Amino acid sequence: MDLSLTAEEQAFRDEVRAWLADNHPGEASSGGDQAQFEFEREWQRTLHEAGWAGVSWPKEYGGRGATLIEQSIFGSELARAKAPRPANVLGLVMGGPVVIAHGTEYQKERFLEPILSAEEIWCQGFSEPESGSDLASLKTKAVKEDGGWRITGQKVWTTFAHEAKWCMLVARSDPDAPKHKGLTYFLMDMDQEEVEVRPLRQITGEAEFNELFIENAYVPDENVVGGEGNGWMVAITTLMNERAGLGASAALGLAQTLDELVELAKERGLAGDPRVRDRVARLRIGIEGLRLGAMRALTTTMKVGVPGPEGSIAKLQWSSTSQAMTELATEIGGLDALQKGSPWSYRFLRTRANSIEGGTSDVLRNIVAERVLGLPKLR
Amino acid sequence: MEFGFSDEQQEIQSTARDFLADRFKPEKVRELAESDDPYDEGLWREMCELGWAGIALPSEHGGQGLGTVELVILLEQMGYALAPSPFLANAIAALMIVHAGSDEQQGRWLPGMASGEARGAAALTPDPEPVLGAAEGAAVLVLGDSDGARIVEPDAARLERLDMIDTTRAYFRVSAEGGDPLPGEIDAPNDVAAVALAAELVGVAQRALDMAVDYAKEREQFGRPIGAYQAVSHRLADMLWAVEEARSLSYYAAWVADAEPESLPLAASMAKARASDAATSVAHDAIQTLGGIGFTWEHDVHFFLKRAKVSAQLLGSAGHHRARVAALGGLG
Repeated sequence: MDLSLTAEEQAFRDEVRAWLADNHPGEASSGGDQAQFEFEREWQRTLHEAGWAGVSWPKEYGGRGATLIEQSIFGSELARAKAPRPANVLGLVMGGPVVIAHGTEYQKERFLEPILSAEEIWCQGFSEPESGSDLASLKTKAVKEDGGWRITGQKVWTTFAHEAKWCMLVARSDPDAPKHKGLTYFLMDMDQEEVEVRPLRQITGEAEFNELFIENAYVPDENVVGGEGNGWMVAITTLMNERAGLGASAALGLAQTLDELVELAKERGLAGDPRVRDRVARLRIGIEGLRLGAMRALTTTMKVGVPGPEGSIAKLQWSSTSQAMTELATEIGGLDALQKGSPWSYRFLRTRANSIEGGTSDVLRNIVAERVLGLPKLR
Repeated sequence: MEFGFSDEQQEIQSTARDFLADRFKPEKVRELAESDDPYDEGLWREMCELGWAGIALPSEHGGQGLGTVELVILLEQMGYALAPSPFLANAIAALMIVHAGSDEQQGRWLPGMASGEARGAAALTPDPEPVLGAAEGAAVLVLGDSDGARIVEPDAARLERLDMIDTTRAYFRVSAEGGDPLPGEIDAPNDVAAVALAAELVGVAQRALDMAVDYAKEREQFGRPIGAYQAVSHRLADMLWAVEEARSLSYYAAWVADAEPESLPLAASMAKARASDAATSVAHDAIQTLGGIGFTWEHDVHFFLKRAKVSAQLLGSAGHHRARVAALGGLG
C-alpha cells in the first residue's frame, strides 16, 4: 500500500499541471449557449493539438495511451484547474472507445480523428420515453433495406443533439428476438431531415437536453457497430466507459463546491453554528470516502481487471453528497440562495438529476444487491 | 499509487482471518462474553506467539517493526471475529510509549508489551474519567488526559470494573495519583489509536453485514427470500456503502499515520467518525433485517451491536470527531 504517486506518476502530473497553467483558456465571454459551446470546441482543439484530447485512447488511434491512474490524475488536474469541459465529451468518453473496441477498420479511419479534434460532435440516443432504466425494452425500430437501415422512433435526454453530427443510437433491428438480442448499435448522421431535434426544458428552466424524433432516417450498413443484433453488448461497453475512473475528479469537483459553501457560511455568519459544522464535516467525510474509494477501485481494476465492491458505490456516494451539499447551501444562504440568479438555486435544482442521470440510485442499489452482495433477483 | 495490500500484507490478513475464525468460533465468543472474564489467556498467548502483540513495535524492543497498516489489518479481522482480547488495549498502551516515552521508558516497558508477557492497557478518551479495556492482569497502565500521559503501575491504581452492555471486552474506570509522565506529545498516538479502533469497527460492521446478507438469502416470507425484496436489498446495499466508505477511510488513515503524519489528525478523525456511525447503523440494520430472531439473546448479532455502540463512543464519538473535521477542514 502506497498512496503517494510514483516518480513517473508525479512527472505525468507535473507535465499536465504545467501544460494547463500555460494553456488554460479562462472562462467563456458571455454570449449565450452557442458561444459557450464554440469556446469548449476551441478548448478541445487546444487539447487535441497537444495530444491531451484522447488521454485514455490507445496511441495508435491518436490517443495518449495513459494508464488508469494517469487518466485519473489527468481528470483531477483538469478539475483542480477548473478547466472547461471539452465540447465533444460524449465522443471522447463513449463514442471513440466504442469504435475502438467494436468498430471496423473503416469506422476507425472515418470517425476517430474528427472526434478528437471536435470537428464532429457526438450525441447518444439510448433512452426513450418508455425505456429509461429498462433500456433493453426500447422500441425505436430499425428496418433493413438494401445497403442500409431505416430508423423510426423517439429518443430522449439527448445531450448536444443540436450540435451533433453523429448519434450513437441503439434500435430494435429484430422485433421477434428476445429483448436483449434484437438490438443493433448504429452511428446515425444527425444531418438529415428525418431527424428532428427538440429542446427538452428541465426543472432548472434550461434545455441542456433534447428529444429526438426520428422518422425513417437512413443509416448505411457501414455505420453499424459490432454487427447486427449485438447492440446491447456494445451499448454496455459505452455505459461502463461512462462510469469508469470518474471518482477522483468527481470528488475534487465536490470538494471545490464545498469550499464555496464554507465561504458562504462564513459570509452569513454561520461558520460557528454547530449544526452547520457537523453537516459540513459529514460532507467532507463523504467526499473523502468517494476519493479514496475511487483510488481503491483503480488499484483493484489495474490488478484484477474489475473494481471491487468499493467501485459499485461511487455513483451513489457522489450523487448523495452532491445533493446534500446544495441542500445545506440553500439553507445557509436562505432566501437569497433561492432566487433564480443564485448559483446555489441553480445547483440545488440541477443536482436533483444526479441520482437519476447515468443510472438511477434505485437501479444502482439493485446492482449492488444482486452483483456484489449476491442477493436473489426479484424479477 | 497503489491503494491495496501488498502480498505480505494479504498474507497477514488471511492468516489472521483463518486463525481467528478457528479460535473464536461464535460459540467461543458467546462463552467468553457470558463469563466474568472475557479474556482467554491461552488464546492471548497464541496470538503473542504469532507476533501480533508487537506487530507495529520497533524491532529493537522485540517487536516486528511493521507499521500501522499491518496493525489495522489485524484489528479489522479481530473486529470481524469479535474476538475478546487484550490486544487493542496493549497495542494502544505501547503506541503511547513508542511515540511519547523516553528511551528509558521504552526500554523498560516495550519488550514485555511486544512479547505480550507484560502487557499494557491504556486509557485514552476525551472524557475526564479514563476508561480502558483489559486493565486487569496488565503489567502497566498508561493514562492519558489533555496534558499528556503517564505510566502507572497497576498496584498504584484503583480499578473499578464497569458493567457495560458490551461484554466482549472488560472495561475499567481507573483512578491513580502520580505516576511516571511520558515526556512526549500524545496527539499522534491518540490519533493512531482512533484509527486502530476505527478499523476494528469496520470488521464488526462487515460481520454484521455478512450475517444480514446470509439471512436475507435464506429466510423466506411471502414465498420468496426476503433479500429479493427491494425494501430489504436496498438497505443491505446501503450497509455495504457504509462499510466500504469506513474501510477506505480507515486504511487511508493507517497509511497516513506512517507515511504522511501531517495529514493524520484529519484522516484519523474522518475514519473514526465514519466507522463509528457505520458500525452502529449497520449493526442496527442487521437486526432489522433479521427481524424477530435478531432481537433474541440466542442470536449472536446483539454482541456486534453492543461492541459497535461502545466502541463508537470510545476514543471520541462520531460527533466529537466531526467537530474536529470541521475545524481542520476549513471552518477553523
